[in-house]
Amino acid sequence: MLSKRIIPCLDVRNGRTTKGIKFLNNIDIGDPVDMARAYYEAGADELVFYDITASSDRRGIMIDVVRRTAAEIFIPFSVGGGIRTLEDMRDVLLAGAEKVSVNTAAVLNPDLISEGAKVFGSQCIVLGMDVKKVSATPEIPSGYEIVINGGRTPMGIDALWWAKEAVRLGAGEICLNSIDADGTQEGYEITLTRMISEAVPIPVIASGGAGKAEHLFEVLTEGRADAALIASMVHYGAYTIKEIKDYLHQRGIQVRLTW
Amino acid sequence: MVVIIDYQAGNLTSVERALEALGVQATVTAEPEVVAQASRVVFPGVGAAGKAMQTLRERRLDQALLRVFENAVPILGICLGAQIILDQSDENDALCLGLLPGRTRALPRQTGVKIPHMGWNQVRFIREHPVFNGLPELAEYYFVHSYYPDPARPAMVLGVTEHGISFPSVVAWKNLVATQFHPEKSGRVGLKILANFLAWDGSYAQ
Repeated sequence: MLSKRIIPCLDVRNGRTTKGIKFLNNIDIGDPVDMARAYYEAGADELVFYDITASSDRRGIMIDVVRRTAAEIFIPFSVGGGIRTLEDMRDVLLAGAEKVSVNTAAVLNPDLISEGAKVFGSQCIVLGMDVKKVSATPEIPSGYEIVINGGRTPMGIDALWWAKEAVRLGAGEICLNSIDADGTQEGYEITLTRMISEAVPIPVIASGGAGKAEHLFEVLTEGRADAALIASMVHYGAYTIKEIKDYLHQRGIQVRLTW
Repeated sequence: MVVIIDYQAGNLTSVERALEALGVQATVTAEPEVVAQASRVVFPGVGAAGKAMQTLRERRLDQALLRVFENAVPILGICLGAQIILDQSDENDALCLGLLPGRTRALPRQTGVKIPHMGWNQVRFIREHPVFNGLPELAEYYFVHSYYPDPARPAMVLGVTEHGISFPSVVAWKNLVATQFHPEKSGRVGLKILANFLAWDGSYAQ
């Protein structure tokens, strides 16, 4: 039986790992390659790097992080943030990442998903979705709206529609981030996660709001997620990956315990 | 010389890196003449069977693979490389290499079973094999696929995995082993399999 995946997320700015709340107040918490290695050894099932470098030489810095990580860790990892073209995808994949995650650029140019899937295969293409709860309207019938630019720009696009559209275009996986829950450590957005996960045939990674092991249990059961993204709760030592997995295992969730 | 066959089917970087971590600098090649000189062949790949077979034929790599198989060179197929070693694939209805008899089939779509099968899953080994020696019993392996190899002879199935159905996830016959999962992405247990493969002389008593 397929295990539920526990995936630490590393926000990388100028080649350093940072952590902020609701995309603000970023502070330096370490070297991404060191952290990737530590999580690999601690039993992470996969890793996500999210590049939030703003400068123009960003790509080179991130590619270097990817290349060094790929030489040391032998589990899948994906890279998101600023992937705008097939060339960006190629650079990251050839440097050793397993998957690329597209978010803003895919909303602005959905062909990026289909072209990426055609050239590199669907299994490489993760759709990152930043979602905000709104009042349901004829335009946003699900009551969840797609936002871009790190949550600042509402797009008038229904999140449920966009998830299904991304599947049609060839996305192989969805990383679903609730802007409302992100960084709060008060739990994942269960209603949203369940709605999307039940609507699409591809795996869904829940993101945003993890603070306690119970939160992962909730989103992997009630929320129907296939994987859970975590950040603060492991970055600052509140939990080890093993503690989270042991807890989930005790509560009857299938997780990978041997590594 | 350890050769990784490059036939434009996905990313070979991770396989190359994993072998490097084991101290082996592999030769990545699309040249049949280079494949012919290999002492060991890794045949990875992701993507569609039809396109992959087309590329293999255009580059005469199909013949080169058949020859190394007949010459008892140890071969490791990974993912798509574990599928197109059979006669034919459901995917694009492609005619494949036919190193072993059998067909590659689509994982059936069922409620609650996500396709692609993506993530960590166990393998139940039916018999022993030098390449899969010394693995922890409850170890898990990283899978990403929508199709699976179904060899015609049950004796060719070394291990099976559950995802909606029970499907062959490890195939072994003579000097050929093939995993539907990615050993290069399966952490320490994956590296153990690769290390075993690098030490294997290609013999396997059925």
